[in-house]
Amino acid sequence: MELTYGHPKSLLPIQTKYCPGCGHGVIHRLITEVIDEMGVQDHSIILNPVGCSIWASLYFDFDSVQVPHGRTPAGATGVKRMKPDHLVICYQGDGDLAAIGTAEIVHAANRGEKFTTIFVNNAIYGMTGGQMAPTTLVGQKATTAPYGRDPIGAGMGYPIRVCEMLETLGGSKYLARGAVNNAANTRKTKQYIRKAFEAQMRGEGFTMVEILSQCPTNWGMEPVESVEWVESDMIPFYKLGEIKDELAGSANAVKEAGK
Amino acid sequence: MAEEKRLMKGNEAMGEAAVRAGCDAYFGYPITPQNELTAYMAKHMLDKKRTFIQAESEVAAINMVFGAGATGARVMTSSSSPGVSLKQEGISYACGADVPCVVINVSRSGPGLGGISPAQGDYFQSTRGGGHGDYYHIVLAPKSVQEAADLTYEAFDLADQWRMPAMVLADGMIGQMMEGVSFKPPKDPATRIAKPWAVGTSSNRPVNHVDSTHLDPDEFEAVNRARFERYAEMKKVLPRYEEHDIDDAELVLVAYGTSARVSYGAVQMARKLGIKAGLFRPITLWPFPEKRMGELADAGKKFLAVEMSMGQMVEDVRLYTHGKSEVFFYGRCGGNIPTEEAVLAEIQKILKK
Amino acid sequence: MTEKTFMAGFGGQGVISMGQLWVYCAMKEGLEVTFFPFYGAEKRGGIARAGVIVSTEEIASPLVTSPDSAIVMNMDSLPLCENILKKDGVMLVNSSLVKVEPERKDIRVVKIPCNEIAEKLGDVKFANMVMLGALSQVTGAVKLDKLEPILKTFFSESKHRFIPKNLEAMEAGAKAAS
Repeated sequence: MELTYGHPKSLLPIQTKYCPGCGHGVIHRLITEVIDEMGVQDHSIILNPVGCSIWASLYFDFDSVQVPHGRTPAGATGVKRMKPDHLVICYQGDGDLAAIGTAEIVHAANRGEKFTTIFVNNAIYGMTGGQMAPTTLVGQKATTAPYGRDPIGAGMGYPIRVCEMLETLGGSKYLARGAVNNAANTRKTKQYIRKAFEAQMRGEGFTMVEILSQCPTNWGMEPVESVEWVESDMIPFYKLGEIKDELAGSANAVKEAGK
Repeated sequence: MAEEKRLMKGNEAMGEAAVRAGCDAYFGYPITPQNELTAYMAKHMLDKKRTFIQAESEVAAINMVFGAGATGARVMTSSSSPGVSLKQEGISYACGADVPCVVINVSRSGPGLGGISPAQGDYFQSTRGGGHGDYYHIVLAPKSVQEAADLTYEAFDLADQWRMPAMVLADGMIGQMMEGVSFKPPKDPATRIAKPWAVGTSSNRPVNHVDSTHLDPDEFEAVNRARFERYAEMKKVLPRYEEHDIDDAELVLVAYGTSARVSYGAVQMARKLGIKAGLFRPITLWPFPEKRMGELADAGKKFLAVEMSMGQMVEDVRLYTHGKSEVFFYGRCGGNIPTEEAVLAEIQKILKK
Repeated sequence: MTEKTFMAGFGGQGVISMGQLWVYCAMKEGLEVTFFPFYGAEKRGGIARAGVIVSTEEIASPLVTSPDSAIVMNMDSLPLCENILKKDGVMLVNSSLVKVEPERKDIRVVKIPCNEIAEKLGDVKFANMVMLGALSQVTGAVKLDKLEPILKTFFSESKHRFIPKNLEAMEAGAKAAS
């Protein structure tokens, strides 16, 4: 009998600490499926952030480096420059990437650092217990936005669209936004990850896949409700798709199609 | 045979020494008075096809150091006092994850933005673990351009050997002045020690995690205790110092870096006047040469700590003389450098001669 | 032998180069050397100062606080140099620009019209080399006999054609001081 579906080799067969309905587990699985398909488990290094996914190194069966909150792109810069033949993954949440580490992500992208950032956007701080994130939607409640995010009256600012912000930078070559709230979006997201990883291994410059993810615990929702909320509230603001694709491979594909 | 002496700024000499020590990657951010060092690394690292990045901040630079160091590479950053404050978070992480690296502080006057003139107000920050948590790291204090080069060259080996950051604590004077310097030959990469703990090194081993996260108190305590056992071993073998006219000295001046040069001049002037003064110069500020300090205290000597600060190292002199000795202090700060004449006057005042 | 010299002038007079060449030559003559420039936050204009020490012994403090010799390249530098110069020290004054007599009587003053001598050689920019020659002549601390090969490494290739004039200026300065 042929095995058609199984547990990814580079994902350890242990139960995660993530809450029921959390998107991290699915995202971990997508990353490791791609790594297995590419056959690069022995050549992968992940930089895990500070946040719920601080434990990523417990689940991934390859090397990891843990840097301070927000400094993940700086750490990944150091790792990738020394190990250009390795797949270097910079795994970041919305607080890590879009608040405390804004300078690091902007400049790593601008330098065209040849690693891939997996940006998990669940519009809330998870590990510290539901505080407002830079990506929290207008009106969305958080422990530090008890009446909902109020950009003007309370001076809480607006949710940041990170892909669009990084799009203008010369060093960013591939920016895509996916989601893991249903099977179709999850499959699409996996394609984005694969495209980004392959571009990285060709040394094409900065690549990032933003993934809209659900956090039922801190959103105060049931898991089913939360995946619906991604669809009804997040996706209308954070449009899915390839925001920027300047990969050489893609350009060739377009040329081929035009022949 | 040693190479011909070159006339160089301290900043440039430290850069050349780092290149020769086999520095694979340098990450820095501009700050006076160490800018020549960053510029030197830019030119010479790029010429040699090694990694140089002018980072977006000191914070980013030290974390690039952390990432590159985690792969087992030889890495360095340099800055001056306010910039080194920013790097303290990363230094704490490097100490917590046992990542070797070299950090150069060409220190200036503080607190705050302060001034750009030489000062030694970073002694506490350097020797007490300037970031959060329970840790120490190597601190080397050169007194000349030659020693700045030699200690930088050696710092890479010490960092690797003891698996921790090694800091070279120079000051604006050492960084900016020019002296003759001869360099040791480039280090043979084959002499580097193995780093089986590094990431991205081999596929035939269990995975490596370079991190400082420990949420289980008992497990974490054991890790910290093991690290402190290493510190205890270092205290036995690493302390280094220089002495002048100590044997018959009534008053021993204790000073490091630039203020040790000034103190040496004052001791020579005192000797010409028949005054029995001597100089004790710690070269390793951590681990401090505490054993020798205790011996000198037992020998009944008085001490005068001379610093370009309001008095920081003097606390170690008091600590390691165990209350047995009279300890005096003379310091200038704000970017002022003590003069030989002023230190001599202080010696005369203490010894009433 | 230890000779501590304080050099002062304004930016553009070549005070820093003069100090560096002085210690460079001394190092090639087998002496211990230290050169410490005044460095400020601003990059251009204003004062240019350097403390230099050459010695047959290990040099203690790199700071020149009580110099054996002082070089005064412009008017503004006179009060400072007069203030710190050691008793019986020698003050070399660029008399082209400094028209005032020092007040102190316990020092030796040597006047060199550096700008005039340099202009006669074709460019006022050689004034610092004139003074360098005078300093060597007066103190005897550094012979400057290795100046020519040093200038070849000190100057970029494109400026090598100025080396003969620089040497001429140095010799003219020595002659003026003798």
